[in-house]
Amino acid sequence: MKRFVTALLFALPLAASADALKSGEFSPPRMAPDFTLQGSTSKPLKLSDYRGKVVALGFGFTSCPAICPTTLAELAAVKTKLGAQGKDFQVVYVTVDPERDTAERMRSYLTAFDPTFVGATGPAAQLAEVRKEYGVTAVKTGSGFNHSSFVYLVDRSGKLRALSPYGRAVDDVVHDVRVLLNQ
Amino acid sequence: MTRSRILALAASALASAALWAMFAPIPAGSREQLFEIPAGTYARRAAGDSAEVLPTFIRLTLGVKDILVLKNLDNVPQTFGPVLIMPGQSFRMPFGVAGDVQFECTAHASGQMRIVVDPAPDAGWRRLVWRAGHWLQA
Repeated sequence: MKRFVTALLFALPLAASADALKSGEFSPPRMAPDFTLQGSTSKPLKLSDYRGKVVALGFGFTSCPAICPTTLAELAAVKTKLGAQGKDFQVVYVTVDPERDTAERMRSYLTAFDPTFVGATGPAAQLAEVRKEYGVTAVKTGSGFNHSSFVYLVDRSGKLRALSPYGRAVDDVVHDVRVLLNQ
Repeated sequence: MTRSRILALAASALASAALWAMFAPIPAGSREQLFEIPAGTYARRAAGDSAEVLPTFIRLTLGVKDILVLKNLDNVPQTFGPVLIMPGQSFRMPFGVAGDVQFECTAHASGQMRIVVDPAPDAGWRRLVWRAGHWLQA
Protein backbone atom coordinates (compact mmCIF):
# COMPACT_ATOMS: atom_id res chain seq x y z
CA MET A 1 0.00 0.00 0.00
CA LYS A 2 1.27 3.38 -0.90
CA ARG A 3 2.19 5.47 2.12
CA PHE A 4 0.79 8.91 2.51
CA VAL A 5 4.16 10.44 3.27
CA THR A 6 2.69 13.88 3.02
CA ALA A 7 1.13 13.30 6.39
CA LEU A 8 4.59 13.30 7.93
CA LEU A 9 4.82 17.01 7.23
CA PHE A 10 2.48 17.53 10.12
CA ALA A 11 4.40 15.31 12.47
CA LEU A 12 5.73 17.97 14.81
CA PRO A 13 3.14 20.67 15.22
CA LEU A 14 4.04 23.99 16.74
CA ALA A 15 0.96 25.16 18.52
CA ALA A 16 1.47 28.20 20.69
CA SER A 17 -1.28 27.72 23.24
CA ALA A 18 -1.60 24.77 25.59
CA ASP A 19 -5.27 24.52 24.66
CA ALA A 20 -4.68 24.73 20.92
CA LEU A 21 -4.92 21.43 19.14
CA LYS A 22 -1.76 20.20 17.50
CA SER A 23 -3.74 18.40 14.82
CA GLY A 24 -5.42 20.02 11.86
CA GLU A 25 -8.49 21.71 13.30
CA PHE A 26 -11.92 22.61 11.91
CA SER A 27 -13.59 25.88 12.77
CA PRO A 28 -16.43 25.99 13.38
CA PRO A 29 -16.66 22.23 13.88
CA ARG A 30 -19.61 20.41 12.34
CA MET A 31 -21.28 17.35 13.73
CA ALA A 32 -19.44 14.21 12.74
CA PRO A 33 -21.56 12.45 10.11
CA ASP A 34 -23.35 9.68 11.93
CA PHE A 35 -23.52 6.13 10.65
CA THR A 36 -24.74 2.74 11.73
CA LEU A 37 -22.70 -0.23 10.56
CA GLN A 38 -22.12 -3.79 11.62
CA GLY A 39 -19.95 -3.63 14.70
CA SER A 40 -17.09 -5.94 15.57
CA THR A 41 -18.87 -6.49 18.89
CA SER A 42 -21.58 -8.38 16.97
CA LYS A 43 -23.98 -5.49 17.66
CA PRO A 44 -24.74 -2.62 15.31
CA LEU A 45 -22.22 0.17 15.73
CA LYS A 46 -23.67 3.67 15.72
CA LEU A 47 -21.13 6.44 16.00
CA SER A 48 -23.41 8.70 18.01
CA ASP A 49 -23.69 6.01 20.68
CA TYR A 50 -20.24 7.12 21.79
CA ARG A 51 -21.33 10.64 22.70
CA GLY A 52 -19.72 11.55 25.99
CA LYS A 53 -16.41 10.07 24.89
CA VAL A 54 -13.70 11.40 22.63
CA VAL A 55 -13.63 9.17 19.57
CA ALA A 56 -10.62 8.50 17.36
CA LEU A 57 -12.15 7.45 14.06
CA GLY A 58 -9.91 5.72 11.53
CA PHE A 59 -10.37 4.00 8.20
CA GLY A 60 -8.32 1.01 7.10
CA PHE A 61 -8.26 -2.74 6.74
CA THR A 62 -6.98 -5.68 8.71
CA SER A 63 -4.64 -6.91 5.96
CA CYS A 64 -2.90 -3.56 5.82
CA PRO A 65 0.82 -4.24 6.04
CA ALA A 66 2.06 -1.03 7.65
CA ILE A 67 -0.11 2.05 8.06
CA CYS A 68 -3.03 0.51 9.95
CA PRO A 69 -1.06 -1.59 12.45
CA THR A 70 1.19 1.37 13.17
CA THR A 71 -1.77 3.69 13.63
CA LEU A 72 -3.57 1.25 15.91
CA ALA A 73 -0.45 0.56 17.97
CA GLU A 74 -0.01 4.30 18.44
CA LEU A 75 -3.66 4.73 19.43
CA ALA A 76 -3.22 1.94 21.97
CA ALA A 77 -0.23 3.83 23.35
CA VAL A 78 -2.35 6.99 23.50
CA LYS A 79 -4.97 5.19 25.52
CA THR A 80 -2.37 3.85 27.91
CA LYS A 81 -0.80 7.28 28.38
CA LEU A 82 -4.18 8.81 29.11
CA GLY A 83 -4.32 6.73 32.27
CA ALA A 84 -7.64 7.03 34.07
CA GLN A 85 -8.94 9.37 31.34
CA GLY A 86 -8.51 6.54 28.86
CA LYS A 87 -11.93 5.18 29.80
CA ASP A 88 -13.43 8.16 27.95
CA PHE A 89 -11.35 7.59 24.83
CA GLN A 90 -12.83 5.29 22.19
CA VAL A 91 -11.17 4.04 19.01
CA VAL A 92 -13.53 3.21 16.14
CA TYR A 93 -11.98 1.69 13.03
CA VAL A 94 -14.03 1.44 9.86
CA THR A 95 -12.91 -1.04 7.24
CA VAL A 96 -12.38 -0.15 3.60
CA ASP A 97 -12.20 -3.87 2.76
CA PRO A 98 -15.60 -5.40 3.52
CA GLU A 99 -14.90 -8.47 1.38
CA ARG A 100 -12.29 -9.73 3.82
CA ASP A 101 -13.05 -7.80 6.98
CA THR A 102 -15.91 -9.59 8.67
CA ALA A 103 -17.03 -8.48 12.12
CA GLU A 104 -15.27 -11.48 13.67
CA ARG A 105 -12.02 -10.77 11.84
CA MET A 106 -12.10 -7.13 12.91
CA ARG A 107 -12.78 -8.06 16.51
CA SER A 108 -9.85 -10.46 16.56
CA TYR A 109 -7.57 -7.92 14.89
CA LEU A 110 -8.53 -4.85 16.90
CA THR A 111 -8.63 -6.44 20.33
CA ALA A 112 -5.02 -7.49 19.80
CA PHE A 113 -4.18 -3.80 20.08
CA ASP A 114 -6.61 -2.96 22.85
CA PRO A 115 -9.67 -4.87 24.06
CA THR A 116 -11.80 -1.71 23.94
CA PHE A 117 -11.14 -0.90 20.28
CA VAL A 118 -14.15 -1.51 18.06
CA GLY A 119 -14.46 -1.95 14.32
CA ALA A 120 -17.20 -1.45 11.79
CA THR A 121 -17.96 -3.18 8.55
CA GLY A 122 -20.92 -3.47 6.22
CA PRO A 123 -21.98 -3.45 2.57
CA ALA A 124 -19.42 -1.86 0.26
CA ALA A 125 -21.87 0.80 -0.92
CA GLN A 126 -22.70 1.83 2.63
CA LEU A 127 -19.03 2.04 3.58
CA ALA A 128 -18.38 4.13 0.48
CA GLU A 129 -21.12 6.52 1.55
CA VAL A 130 -19.55 6.89 5.00
CA ARG A 131 -16.16 7.59 3.44
CA LYS A 132 -17.71 10.21 1.18
CA GLU A 133 -19.20 12.01 4.18
CA TYR A 134 -15.76 12.30 5.73
CA GLY A 135 -13.76 12.95 2.56
CA VAL A 136 -11.90 9.67 2.93
CA THR A 137 -10.47 7.95 -0.14
CA ALA A 138 -9.84 4.23 -0.62
CA VAL A 139 -8.63 2.85 -3.91
CA LYS A 140 -8.03 -0.86 -4.44
CA THR A 141 -4.47 -1.62 -5.54
CA GLY A 142 -3.81 -5.31 -6.16
CA SER A 143 -4.37 -7.09 -2.87
CA GLY A 144 -4.47 -3.92 -0.80
CA PHE A 145 -5.84 -0.41 -0.69
CA ASN A 146 -4.43 3.03 -1.05
CA HIS A 147 -6.46 4.81 1.61
CA SER A 148 -6.49 7.98 3.70
CA SER A 149 -4.38 7.48 6.78
CA PHE A 150 -5.66 10.35 8.91
CA VAL A 151 -7.48 9.75 12.17
CA TYR A 152 -10.47 11.96 12.90
CA LEU A 153 -11.00 13.23 16.43
CA VAL A 154 -14.63 13.58 17.49
CA ASP A 155 -15.31 15.41 20.75
CA ARG A 156 -17.67 14.40 23.55
CA SER A 157 -20.57 16.26 21.94
CA GLY A 158 -20.12 14.44 18.63
CA LYS A 159 -18.44 17.27 16.75
CA LEU A 160 -15.74 16.56 14.21
CA ARG A 161 -12.92 18.62 15.64
CA ALA A 162 -9.63 17.60 14.11
CA LEU A 163 -7.57 15.41 11.84
CA SER A 164 -4.53 13.71 13.26
CA PRO A 165 -2.10 12.70 10.54
CA TYR A 166 -0.23 9.45 10.23
CA GLY A 167 3.14 9.75 11.88
CA ARG A 168 2.02 12.15 14.61
CA ALA A 169 3.94 11.70 17.85
CA VAL A 170 1.94 9.80 20.45
CA ASP A 171 2.44 12.59 22.99
CA ASP A 172 0.92 15.11 20.57
CA VAL A 173 -2.15 12.94 20.11
CA VAL A 174 -2.39 12.51 23.89
CA HIS A 175 -2.24 16.29 24.20
CA ASP A 176 -5.08 16.78 21.73
CA VAL A 177 -7.26 14.08 23.24
CA ARG A 178 -6.71 15.56 26.71
CA VAL A 179 -7.70 19.01 25.42
CA LEU A 180 -10.93 17.54 24.03
CA LEU A 181 -11.61 15.46 27.14
CA ASN A 182 -11.21 18.48 29.39
CA GLN A 183 -13.56 20.72 27.44
CA MET B 1 37.46 62.48 5.13
CA THR B 2 39.70 60.26 3.10
CA ARG B 3 38.35 57.78 0.62
CA SER B 4 39.75 54.86 2.58
CA ARG B 5 38.00 56.08 5.70
CA ILE B 6 34.68 56.32 3.85
CA LEU B 7 35.13 52.79 2.53
CA ALA B 8 35.96 51.54 6.02
CA LEU B 9 32.84 53.17 7.43
CA ALA B 10 30.68 51.69 4.66
CA ALA B 11 32.18 48.25 5.19
CA SER B 12 31.61 48.56 8.92
CA ALA B 13 27.96 49.60 8.39
CA LEU B 14 27.44 46.70 5.97
CA ALA B 15 28.97 44.22 8.38
CA SER B 16 26.81 45.54 11.21
CA ALA B 17 23.68 45.20 9.07
CA ALA B 18 24.65 41.67 8.07
CA LEU B 19 25.30 40.71 11.69
CA TRP B 20 21.96 42.17 12.70
CA ALA B 21 20.20 40.27 9.90
CA MET B 22 21.96 37.07 10.92
CA PHE B 23 21.29 37.20 14.64
CA ALA B 24 18.42 39.56 15.46
CA PRO B 25 15.35 37.62 16.55
CA ILE B 26 12.46 37.42 14.15
CA PRO B 27 9.58 39.56 15.45
CA ALA B 28 6.82 37.45 16.94
CA GLY B 29 3.56 37.59 15.06
CA SER B 30 0.78 35.41 13.84
CA ARG B 31 2.10 32.24 12.32
CA GLU B 32 -1.08 31.74 10.34
CA GLN B 33 -1.25 32.19 6.59
CA LEU B 34 -4.87 32.59 5.56
CA PHE B 35 -6.26 31.69 2.16
CA GLU B 36 -9.92 32.02 1.26
CA ILE B 37 -11.83 30.01 -1.30
CA PRO B 38 -14.18 32.65 -2.70
CA ALA B 39 -17.91 32.27 -3.03
CA GLY B 40 -18.90 31.00 -6.47
CA THR B 41 -15.71 29.00 -7.04
CA TYR B 42 -17.56 25.79 -7.81
CA ALA B 43 -19.97 27.57 -10.15
CA ARG B 44 -17.09 29.20 -12.00
CA ARG B 45 -15.35 25.86 -12.43
CA ALA B 46 -18.58 24.26 -13.64
CA ALA B 47 -18.92 27.05 -16.20
CA GLY B 48 -15.46 26.30 -17.54
CA ASP B 49 -13.65 29.22 -15.92
CA SER B 50 -10.09 28.08 -15.30
CA ALA B 51 -8.84 31.25 -13.59
CA GLU B 52 -7.17 30.37 -10.32
CA VAL B 53 -8.77 31.72 -7.15
CA LEU B 54 -5.91 30.56 -4.94
CA PRO B 55 -2.17 30.41 -5.50
CA THR B 56 -1.11 27.03 -6.84
CA PHE B 57 2.15 27.35 -4.90
CA ILE B 58 2.37 28.34 -1.26
CA ARG B 59 5.60 28.80 0.69
CA LEU B 60 5.63 28.52 4.47
CA THR B 61 8.49 28.82 6.95
CA LEU B 62 8.73 26.82 10.15
CA GLY B 63 8.56 28.98 13.25
CA VAL B 64 7.50 32.06 11.27
CA LYS B 65 4.52 31.25 9.04
CA ASP B 66 3.87 27.58 9.48
CA ILE B 67 0.12 27.36 9.98
CA LEU B 68 -1.99 27.18 6.85
CA VAL B 69 -5.59 28.30 7.26
CA LEU B 70 -8.03 27.57 4.47
CA LYS B 71 -11.44 29.18 4.68
CA ASN B 72 -14.21 27.98 2.42
CA LEU B 73 -16.48 30.88 1.51
CA ASP B 74 -18.07 28.92 -1.33
CA ASN B 75 -21.52 27.41 -0.97
CA VAL B 76 -20.36 23.83 -1.60
CA PRO B 77 -17.84 21.67 0.27
CA GLN B 78 -14.26 21.84 -0.97
CA THR B 79 -11.68 19.10 -0.62
CA PHE B 80 -8.10 19.83 0.30
CA GLY B 81 -6.02 16.66 0.46
CA PRO B 82 -7.86 14.38 2.88
CA VAL B 83 -9.84 17.26 4.36
CA LEU B 84 -13.43 18.04 3.51
CA ILE B 85 -14.05 21.71 4.32
CA MET B 86 -17.72 22.57 4.54
CA PRO B 87 -19.17 25.94 3.39
CA GLY B 88 -18.27 28.65 5.90
CA GLN B 89 -15.78 26.39 7.63
CA SER B 90 -12.04 26.90 8.11
CA PHE B 91 -9.35 24.30 8.44
CA ARG B 92 -6.25 25.23 10.38
CA MET B 93 -3.26 23.07 9.59
CA PRO B 94 -0.02 23.43 11.56
CA PHE B 95 3.10 22.15 9.79
CA GLY B 96 5.95 20.81 11.85
CA VAL B 97 8.43 19.45 9.32
CA ALA B 98 10.05 21.07 6.30
CA GLY B 99 9.12 19.55 2.98
CA ASP B 100 7.58 19.88 -0.45
CA VAL B 101 4.22 18.32 -1.05
CA GLN B 102 1.42 18.33 -3.59
CA PHE B 103 -2.18 18.23 -2.40
CA GLU B 104 -5.32 17.60 -4.37
CA CYS B 105 -7.52 20.66 -4.06
CA THR B 106 -10.92 21.07 -5.63
CA ALA B 107 -10.70 24.87 -5.51
CA HIS B 108 -7.91 24.87 -8.08
CA ALA B 109 -8.54 24.63 -11.79
CA SER B 110 -5.61 22.23 -11.99
CA GLY B 111 -6.94 20.27 -9.02
CA GLN B 112 -3.52 20.56 -7.40
CA MET B 113 -1.83 22.78 -4.85
CA ARG B 114 1.86 22.68 -3.97
CA ILE B 115 3.10 23.65 -0.53
CA VAL B 116 6.74 24.09 0.30
CA VAL B 117 7.63 24.33 3.98
CA ASP B 118 11.07 25.83 4.52
CA PRO B 119 13.18 25.07 7.60
CA ALA B 120 13.15 27.57 10.44
CA PRO B 121 15.53 30.48 9.76
CA ASP B 122 17.97 29.72 12.55
CA ALA B 123 20.43 32.39 13.62
CA GLY B 124 23.27 32.77 11.18
CA TRP B 125 23.49 32.45 7.44
CA ARG B 126 20.02 30.86 7.10
CA ARG B 127 18.38 33.81 8.85
CA LEU B 128 20.30 36.27 6.69
CA VAL B 129 19.11 34.52 3.53
CA TRP B 130 15.54 34.38 4.86
CA ARG B 131 15.56 38.12 5.67
CA ALA B 132 16.96 38.97 2.25
CA GLY B 133 14.22 36.96 0.57
CA HIS B 134 11.60 38.51 2.83
CA TRP B 135 12.71 42.04 1.94
CA LEU B 136 12.83 41.25 -1.76
CA GLN B 137 9.23 39.99 -1.63
CA ALA B 138 8.02 43.06 0.31
